[in-house]
Amino acid sequence: MTLKKKNPVLRTRLPTLPPAARSRVALGLTAAAALGRFELQQCRDCGSVQYPPREACQHCLSIRLAWKPQSGEGELLASTVLHHSNDLFFRERLPWRLGLIKLASGPTVVAHLHGAVPAAPAAVRVAARLDRAGQAVLVAHPDKETCDMAEDRQLREFTCDPKSRKVLVTDGKTGVGQALVKALAATGSELIWVGHAEPWKKLAGFDDLKGIPQVTLVPLDLTDSKNVREVAAEIGGKVDILINNAEYHRAFGIANRHGVETARAEMDINYFGLLRLAQEFGPAMRSRGADGMASAVAWVNLLSIYALANYPPHGTFSASKAAAQSLAQCLRAEMRPAGVRVVNVFPGPIDDEWNQLVLPPKIAPAALAGAIVKALREGVEDVYPGDVAQEWLERWRDNPKALERESAS
Amino acid sequence: MRKPYDGVVLAAPVSVPYVRYSIRSAHWWLARAFSELLKNARLEKQDVDGLTVSSFTLAPDTAIGLTQHLGVSPRWLDHIPLGGASGVVALRRAARAVQAGDAEAVACIAGDTNHVDSFRLTLANFSQFARDAVYPYGAGGPNASFAFLTAYYMRVQGARPEDFGKLCVAQRANALKYPQALFKKPLSLEEYLAARPIAEPLRLFDCVMPCAGAEAFLVLSEEKAKALGLPFARLLGTIERHNAFSADPVQMRAGWALEREALYAQAGCGPQDMDFVQTYDDYPVISLMQLEDLGFCEKGEGAAFVRRHGFTWDADFPLNTCGGQLSAGQAGAAGGFLGLVEAIRQLTGRAPGWQVKDAKLGLVSGFGMINYDRGLGSGAAILGS
Repeated sequence: MTLKKKNPVLRTRLPTLPPAARSRVALGLTAAAALGRFELQQCRDCGSVQYPPREACQHCLSIRLAWKPQSGEGELLASTVLHHSNDLFFRERLPWRLGLIKLASGPTVVAHLHGAVPAAPAAVRVAARLDRAGQAVLVAHPDKETCDMAEDRQLREFTCDPKSRKVLVTDGKTGVGQALVKALAATGSELIWVGHAEPWKKLAGFDDLKGIPQVTLVPLDLTDSKNVREVAAEIGGKVDILINNAEYHRAFGIANRHGVETARAEMDINYFGLLRLAQEFGPAMRSRGADGMASAVAWVNLLSIYALANYPPHGTFSASKAAAQSLAQCLRAEMRPAGVRVVNVFPGPIDDEWNQLVLPPKIAPAALAGAIVKALREGVEDVYPGDVAQEWLERWRDNPKALERESAS
Repeated sequence: MRKPYDGVVLAAPVSVPYVRYSIRSAHWWLARAFSELLKNARLEKQDVDGLTVSSFTLAPDTAIGLTQHLGVSPRWLDHIPLGGASGVVALRRAARAVQAGDAEAVACIAGDTNHVDSFRLTLANFSQFARDAVYPYGAGGPNASFAFLTAYYMRVQGARPEDFGKLCVAQRANALKYPQALFKKPLSLEEYLAARPIAEPLRLFDCVMPCAGAEAFLVLSEEKAKALGLPFARLLGTIERHNAFSADPVQMRAGWALEREALYAQAGCGPQDMDFVQTYDDYPVISLMQLEDLGFCEKGEGAAFVRRHGFTWDADFPLNTCGGQLSAGQAGAAGGFLGLVEAIRQLTGRAPGWQVKDAKLGLVSGFGMINYDRGLGSGAAILGS
């Protein structure tokens, strides 16, 4: 795909959103799609799968309905190309292709249709994705992967693919930051601004980034409001994807340390740093939510699985990440009207110097960077990369009180 | 055995002239229909003791609110929000009320306004399933839903665009004779085929045009109609069936197929006896589905049937004789009444210039509510002179 350079004479289109209203029961689809899953209601009593979502099983009238993962295999029965729409978002994107699909599991679904799906009858694979309004929609893909599948014009409306987009990584000095920059460069990001604070501090590998053609180094200190404002003034109107990976991480909880300075330093970057960034970069990104094929699309926060429940050996760090998660939910609500997705990443312990004493498994920086890029490419909203995060999430969902007791011992 | 509808008749057909857009509310249109109906039947409003109301745009009111709005005090009232099936269903409810003596004369009225943005608002909130699982997909409204059905029908049954076009062209010819039709420009098959695509394979003239308007008729006993000196049509048989064949992956048939034997048995006649047919024609593919399901041809033979017959008011198979919704306009729920009102006109000799010769028997079919991927409601009635 070649993206045309922006014509400065043309007005930047204001962001519009696809229709966002859903019944509460239909939000089950959105809850799964936020994690990159396609789930439909399945009756616990008679086993039938149904769609659209209902309050009772249409076969046996049971109300014991569970959301269950679906393969998405189906057959395209008929397709259409819309040349007229009653909604602004779609009017601006016509023509638009849709399909009627019979899923192998039973229901007939209406879905957005990938351009590579041939005429009916054709085998397709249906997935649930978040649209620009942040709500789940079904998308039918060809049953076999094609190499340029992600570049479908319609599909790109649902994903946040960093390819051909301009990305800011707020801290390029850490292992995760360096891995992110390399992963973004490899996927074809057009431009990568790499933030770095404390120039006197030399870290291994950082200088290598200068050799990557797309990279521009930007002095960026999230504890310095003035600096953040100046950087935003300079590049804020061009950033399509902001990845805030800057973090301050020290071990210990409450009793093993005197004073609040360390906890304050954690909050200053992990919480206030996010707040400063959001205040300075948020408005510009919101205004560019519909700026052509390479519009502002995503904001990524590197949080921690310990944002869900405190991990006492890293107690104040957990607290700062919990604060950041809460703020990220606020940011998500404020960015949604512009169609900019806020992606929260909840890794377990990263294999870096600050987790030296944490027993494995730990997630390697490159694996974490890969998970972030994958989440952007798939348009996922919440990411729990790595085995520890997955296990912690499962335990937390199963019984948050049990997790609290277990992690205290 | 279902009880027959002996002694129930329809009279006082009313079509309030349609307009593309109206600044009035649905109440205005319903009031017009009711008042025209009274004038047509030479009745005072207290003489009408039953009322059914059908409308999409009456919210937040329903039939009960309309009684105060219009200052009437019926002893029998029903709100029938079944879209294109409203006409047949209102008739069925009213007919039983008259037979049972719960009401003597039931006014069945339907009307909708059409503000510049009311169609979009109706679509966005049409149903929970539409809001959750259709409208977010391009917001194409019924055009998109019927595009699927049309594409599937073409693929599986071998129908061609010319087959759908033939119906649209014939109905336009009918509309040229019907003074109240909104479309007054002749349409050729070439123009039909060259029209811009709306939702492929649907072209411009496959799609009904939303408008404002109202329709009404009166249901009463034959004795009362005679006493009032009103020309009337008899109700010979009628059926309804909803959410039929829900396991079919795509809608290619609906409730008529399950109920048609009962319909013809009740009416004591068959499809071959009909002098005209009024299908629910929001899209031509739906007319073909009705002709098949109601036994005018075999399933899958719709396209061949179209190629064999003519469909203007003076042809061998008069269909949608006032132009149908495709050429008269779709006035919301009134679209579900248009066929019945036109059938009464035809059977009482009130279609000057487009009168079907010797019209003694006619079939009217209704179809309504694209709740998700298909129309749920279906109904039909056979009327005789």
